[in-house]
Amino acid sequence: MLLAGPAAETARLTTFWILAIVSVAAALGMVLARRAVHCAVLLAVVMLSLAVFYAMLGAPFLAFVQVIVYTGAVLMLFLFVLMIVGITAADSIIETIRGQRLWATLVGIGVLVLLSLAIGHAVIGPAAPNSAKFSSANVSALATLLFTKYVYPFEITSALLITAAVGAMVLAHRERTTPKPTQKQLAAGRIAGGHPTPLPGPGTYAQHNAVDMPALLPDGSQSELSVSQVLSGRSATAVKSAESSAAPELPSAQEQAPSHGRGGALASEGHVPDPYDGRGGPRPGQGREPEPPDGQEAGDR
Amino acid sequence: MVSPAHFIALSVILFVIGAVGVLVRRNAIVVFMCVELMLNAANLAFVTFARMHNALNGQIIAFFVMVVAAAEVVVGLAILTSIFRARRSASVDDANLMKY
Repeated sequence: MLLAGPAAETARLTTFWILAIVSVAAALGMVLARRAVHCAVLLAVVMLSLAVFYAMLGAPFLAFVQVIVYTGAVLMLFLFVLMIVGITAADSIIETIRGQRLWATLVGIGVLVLLSLAIGHAVIGPAAPNSAKFSSANVSALATLLFTKYVYPFEITSALLITAAVGAMVLAHRERTTPKPTQKQLAAGRIAGGHPTPLPGPGTYAQHNAVDMPALLPDGSQSELSVSQVLSGRSATAVKSAESSAAPELPSAQEQAPSHGRGGALASEGHVPDPYDGRGGPRPGQGREPEPPDGQEAGDR
Repeated sequence: MVSPAHFIALSVILFVIGAVGVLVRRNAIVVFMCVELMLNAANLAFVTFARMHNALNGQIIAFFVMVVAAAEVVVGLAILTSIFRARRSASVDDANLMKY
């Protein structure tokens, strides 16, 4: 890691420039990406590059902590919360505050100029000559410092962590404000709700056996009840794309559901062979007349 | 040769990108991620200064920043989930009850 010689120096320079470009590009992508999940993945790229930088700068312990704590724990936490909260949250392009982006960019440029001037005026010397505490003895040197000079901040950190854990539990805990409904009330509500039977399962008549594919009703239309609300909040599901497209044509629905010519979508997509081809029988969801329910339908539920 | 100035410049660029992200984005989770990016940029500067001055204090500070950032993320995301439960939205524009 801290080898001497011109070859090692060239290697270090190459690593720096490659990772610098990658990390800045990923950071820019994080700011610009619409979907929060993409932001999280790009942030992981930045953090892993920073871990390599720490290793280059003689901080192997921090490099590992960066990978374990940031990339491992913090980003996983972000992704977990995204699964709960932000899955519908693609940022809208409409500005609620007029000129917000323009002003934010101007402020960013101002901060950049300010920091660059400050750094340009500061004297940034060369790296100190290599010593053992920046390579092999890094962990023990850090531990010595942490448990002697910085022992009080270290102890206070434990209080902070406990407070954070308790706070997270308190905030994430949900008090039940209404009494828990009994089974009788649930059954009555179900009858009164107009849909007493179980909701249709997704992908029943779809070619893709996936939860984001809505089931096809006997008349060929799609049942929105068969797809989870969380999934239909994402624009990627077939229900949403069918809603957003024009009603009479339904091009995206035709693309995914077998509602037009025999085998057309399947042959063009190159998926699994259609079991209904060449049998002569009507295809489920293709005919306009309602089909009698058979045993397969019951089994799919 | 990779001098500390390179790393400081990179840290400045990352910090500014994070700051602009905080100002521009409206999804609260993405705002959090941008804050994390700013903290990471500061950490890079700390580690660089430690290398420059041949003293490990900068690395210790960076370690503490990581600990505090982890605690901050835990509490912040818990707040986000409770806000989302109350108003079904993760946008920072919707949490405006304390606006005058």
